[in-house]
Amino acid sequence: MELFREAGFPYKIEGRQDDRRSNNSTTGRPRCPFDEEDINSLMPINFGVIENKQHFQNEGGPGPRIKMNHGTTTLAFKFQHGIAVVVDSRATAGSFISSRTVEKVLAINQYLIGTMAGGAADCMYWERILAMHCNLYELRNKRRISVAAASKILCNLVYSYKGSRLSLGTMIAGWDSKGPGLYYVDSDGTRISGNLFSVGSGSPYAYSVLDTEYRWDLSVDEALDLGQKAVVGATFRDSASGGFINSYIINADGWKHISHIDCFDLIQKYNSKKK
Amino acid sequence: MTGRYDRAITVFSPDGHLFQVEYAQEAVKQGTCAVAVRGADTIVLAVEKKAVAKLQEERTVRKIVQLDKHVVMAFAGLHADARVLISRARVECQSHQLTVEDPVTVEYITRYLSQIKQQYTQSNGRRPFGVSCLLAGFDNDSDIPRIYQTDPAGNYFEWKANAIGRSAKTVHEFLEKNYSDDIVAERKGVIKLAIKALFEVVQSGAKNMDVAVIRKGTNLEMLSQDEISSYIKIIEKEREEEAQRKKGGGR
Repeated sequence: MELFREAGFPYKIEGRQDDRRSNNSTTGRPRCPFDEEDINSLMPINFGVIENKQHFQNEGGPGPRIKMNHGTTTLAFKFQHGIAVVVDSRATAGSFISSRTVEKVLAINQYLIGTMAGGAADCMYWERILAMHCNLYELRNKRRISVAAASKILCNLVYSYKGSRLSLGTMIAGWDSKGPGLYYVDSDGTRISGNLFSVGSGSPYAYSVLDTEYRWDLSVDEALDLGQKAVVGATFRDSASGGFINSYIINADGWKHISHIDCFDLIQKYNSKKK
Repeated sequence: MTGRYDRAITVFSPDGHLFQVEYAQEAVKQGTCAVAVRGADTIVLAVEKKAVAKLQEERTVRKIVQLDKHVVMAFAGLHADARVLISRARVECQSHQLTVEDPVTVEYITRYLSQIKQQYTQSNGRRPFGVSCLLAGFDNDSDIPRIYQTDPAGNYFEWKANAIGRSAKTVHEFLEKNYSDDIVAERKGVIKLAIKALFEVVQSGAKNMDVAVIRKGTNLEMLSQDEISSYIKIIEKEREEEAQRKKGGGR
């Protein structure tokens, strides 16, 4: 307010006396802009709030048009020997790379894992709550929880917060009595079972590699290679993906961490193959 | 008496008994008898059917009820209390299927009912349920038949064969003497044993018996009056033969 006045803008509050705003007013103490009850007093005189709020609003619906950075590439697919899960490890805050060693795969228990995409805090917190529920289920019922049930618990939890702007795009992958299970769960309440998923800002790039070369009858090495190639392709073009590529395989014995490779090394490897 | 229900009805006695729960168990003993026998691949529930009054419609008196497609229950005790439990159990069976995408196991729904019963032994202003239940069925992923029994205290146990209600002790002793894995290996054997056990108490025969046969994958089968009568005829004949043999041997 004072800044506007100092800068010479024609500043006027409707319906108020000028001297009430001055520092030397009869009320004594200097006024702080945030004391104002009328929000319009913080705006320039010809700033039409109603018209201009369009700029900040989401065309699709309510809420401000804030671009959430779901900066990541995660993928998982079922094949004849189980489930392959490959993720990157970059975390970004705007254009700042805040970490290149994030663990984007969260172990729920020995045979169930969840991937992380979207808000890191949301994913970590809710997947830990999910782990708690899975453990309680196992204690109460003396049997492992199915992947369907685990993903449904997460989905129902997150759905009850719909509208509170949680940001979660996770894949629940695991092995149960029905064999391999893979579900995509997100904060909208979506829950889909499928053979192949990729989640995150780099997922279009990953999908293009995966969809070209995916087959059910891959060997374990071929599957890992395909997954790594897909994530590497995504890190190559997506600025929000990068760091280390972590690969996991899930089979009847549970999940196992296979490799932790710097994406740059992989790119060099593929480039050297080209020559 | 205060307006608010802040005083528990079920409190401990000086010597460690919960009398309200024990009285509830007495109420169960007044109810009509129910027997459950488990075989290799068959479960049979046989219940005593009280004679209905002349003007009463018989089909409204049902003591064998389905909780889900694969779980059946027979009870002894207060019918009205049982109705409440059955209703809650049926909802829970569906609710479980909704959240876990799997049908309930017999143990799960037994545990659920037991928890409700136990809550009513530890709540203000409430009395325990005067019902004992026999739950029978097959779990979704197994071929093993299961029978569980709950009591008004909220205890539950798994049984190979058991009886609740009127003269349950007599029937139970009979079952202990006569149950063997060979006898119950076949469907017919299980049915015969269950009817024979109930026959110890229900002397009047087939018109006062309801028999249900449960097998994996098939719908619940209620035996007709004629079928029950034919089993009873066999049982009575065997009894006569046994009596003749004893008479002959004692000479």
